[in-house]
Amino acid sequence: MNDQIEFLKARVGAGKMTRREFVGRVGALGVTAAAANTMLASAVQAAGPVKGGTLKIGSVGGESTNSLDPALAASQVPFHNLYQFGETLVNVEADGSLQNRLAEVVESTADAKTWTFKIRSGVDFHNGKALTAQDVLRTMERHSNEESKSGALGILRGIESMKAEGDTFSLTLATPNADLPYLMADYHLMIQPDGGFENPAAGVGTGAYMLEVDEPGVRHLWKKNPNYWDSSLGHVDEVEILAINDSTARMAALQSGQVHVVNRVDPKVAGLLGRAPGISVKNVGGPGHYVFIMHVDTAPFDNNDLRMALKYAINRQEMVDKILRGYGSVGNDMPINASYPLFDETIPQREYDPEKAAAHYKASGHDGSPIVLRVADGAFPGAVDAAALFQQSAKAAGIPLEIKREPNDGYWSEVWNKQPFCASYWGGRPVQDQMYSTAYLSTADWNDTRFKNADFDAKLLAARAELDTTKRKAMYSELGMMVRDEGGLICPMFNDYVDGVSDKVQGWIKDPTGDLMSGKVSQKVWLA
Amino acid sequence: MHPVLKLVSQRLALGILLLFSASVLIFVGTQILPGDVAQSILGQSATPEALANLRAELGLNDPPMTRYFNWLYAALHGDLGTALTNGQDIATSMGRRLGNTLFLAFWAAVISVPLAIFLGLLAVRYRDRWPDKLISGVTLASISIPEFLIGYLVVYFVAVKLGWFSSVAMINDGMSLLEKLNAIALPVFVLVLVVLAHMMRMTRAAILNVMQSAYIETAELKGLSSFNVIFRHAFPNAISPIVNVVMLNLAYLVVGVVVVEVVFVYPGMGQYLVDHVAKRDVPVVQACGLVFAGVYIGLNMIADIVSILANPRLRHPK
Repeated sequence: MNDQIEFLKARVGAGKMTRREFVGRVGALGVTAAAANTMLASAVQAAGPVKGGTLKIGSVGGESTNSLDPALAASQVPFHNLYQFGETLVNVEADGSLQNRLAEVVESTADAKTWTFKIRSGVDFHNGKALTAQDVLRTMERHSNEESKSGALGILRGIESMKAEGDTFSLTLATPNADLPYLMADYHLMIQPDGGFENPAAGVGTGAYMLEVDEPGVRHLWKKNPNYWDSSLGHVDEVEILAINDSTARMAALQSGQVHVVNRVDPKVAGLLGRAPGISVKNVGGPGHYVFIMHVDTAPFDNNDLRMALKYAINRQEMVDKILRGYGSVGNDMPINASYPLFDETIPQREYDPEKAAAHYKASGHDGSPIVLRVADGAFPGAVDAAALFQQSAKAAGIPLEIKREPNDGYWSEVWNKQPFCASYWGGRPVQDQMYSTAYLSTADWNDTRFKNADFDAKLLAARAELDTTKRKAMYSELGMMVRDEGGLICPMFNDYVDGVSDKVQGWIKDPTGDLMSGKVSQKVWLA
Repeated sequence: MHPVLKLVSQRLALGILLLFSASVLIFVGTQILPGDVAQSILGQSATPEALANLRAELGLNDPPMTRYFNWLYAALHGDLGTALTNGQDIATSMGRRLGNTLFLAFWAAVISVPLAIFLGLLAVRYRDRWPDKLISGVTLASISIPEFLIGYLVVYFVAVKLGWFSSVAMINDGMSLLEKLNAIALPVFVLVLVVLAHMMRMTRAAILNVMQSAYIETAELKGLSSFNVIFRHAFPNAISPIVNVVMLNLAYLVVGVVVVEVVFVYPGMGQYLVDHVAKRDVPVVQACGLVFAGVYIGLNMIADIVSILANPRLRHPK
């Protein structure tokens, strides 16, 4: 019987048999309709990508104020737009490895200080111009020069000099960094013709799709680039990205078949959505985490006993169960989890322990006045509820928390990184060094816990230059423990990326670095 | 000068004055809000240098007075400028959104206004009997339920369960009129439900008021059919309050439907304005504010003129 099914599967795969015929024929062999459909899906999958069709994406985070300028991308729709038209030098793949895109070869000197990228030949921009190392140099200049307003400015700050020679682009760093190629995969760093100096928001790059319609906050239509250099990617003819910010409207659009994929499925409805016919919910654990942050230089949080008291007073598992409904994992008061390379699995998990919390609280000598925690729903989905849970679990340890609700509007400019204790969110970074350098180095702009520790800084820089991965892993483990036991971060949970996907979409890959396959959905999937 | 002309010119002058004060208020309001456009554009990922660079580029370092008068000077010359956030021409991008809003408001009005007046007349004709009670009950229920809830219910039952109409009312230039009407069917339905009760109740009350008059009794004694009495004799004298409430609802359909826009993902003015307020994009907020204020002032002026024309005593003052 198996031979017969295999034969039928091959026929479907080759397009010689319809779905209805297939289900009928295997049904005759005693297979139920549901099982037949699953077989069919795998048969189609195995047969390889089908070309054509319009992939419709319903995405959160699209505003009328959006621009296609890669330097300014800060929400979901602009992020996904970038991956339609643009490409970076290298890509971080779903398994955490690096893949060369516009760079053909990446090399460094033995001290990891000078990096050379050989630029791929025979690649054209959408405007017909050929890609050169000069374009790469100009792009990096635009994101790092004195007038830069780029979101990538911070990660390019360590570059001392850059140059383009022939078909190679090379840069020299002030201090060695073994992870530099990962930084080049940042989504802001889409290579644009002449660096995009002339018209940064033109939407012209080397990517698989070319701009057709640009209506910020409404929709973006992209057409297949006929001259795209990599024939293994970009199977659909058109990609339409609809900005659907309202969660209910987004789910309705998926259920009524108006879009094929949606991002940011609310954990509250994920179970229901997954049971709807023709739809599956895809979740993948990533580096993004929901946090409560304390300024370690501001009273009363300058007392490590008080910080430890609060860290022991939070029930992490309860938060994962009630706020994330299981779509996530518990945090350990450090910004790193198993989704990062070189993560040390042996670091002990911190548990909710009201007794230890009470002991630390007593040792801190705090006067018993309520500790003000500022929170808004915009900090992370369910932040207000999470704060209420925190208040209750802390109360059990005798620690009084006072929750102060702040407006969503202006939260990131007025509360976060300004007030000493508030709720926040971190999207995570591809490698540990980048996460720590972004938010825990003394000199970091976004050191939102005011964690300033000379010992930590020195170790972080040493780890960055260390090329032996065993030693490096041990160093990162030590750094993690420092943040966990001395830092101002209370990290109750890492959230999953939860997407809703129609069964028409084939070739889905779980990519832990972002929603909708980290922006690469349109490059890799096809429509059945 | 004819009194109507005089009134219109007075109203126009006042309207322009109002627009000015509205623009000042909007500008002051956006200055009071915490954070500025540079901070909002770059969001959580803003570095101090990037912020400083963006502020300088957008001219945010000029004093507020200078920025206001620069804007006013340009606006008086017909130049609304470009959006600070994405550099798009405001007149073009707002024009498209305004067109969409007017399209939705137009079709909602075309259905709801005649329907409301007809239902109002019907309610008077069968006053205190079951048709009156049914009409009042249904319309009052539909105005009492929040519009987003009606929207979600309609989406769930009509779009998801029955699959008759699209839950995403996104229209674009490539669509034919029929496709567009199909796309906006659900939001139009919700808007009709929302504005129906107000207009219908006002029609009913205004006509009932007139029905007490002696000349109605005369008409009835002449033996005219009761619907004829209502439509021919009572309705013309009740027009002025009805027009007023119709205009208020039309204004609502243009400026107040942001919730319906969000639920149905409709690319109208409301969402456009909200996005730009969230990003502190002052020139766009100013432009939208002027359009909205203009719509309100214009529609109210029309209402006043119509009530004067409908009233012989006001039309021919002694």
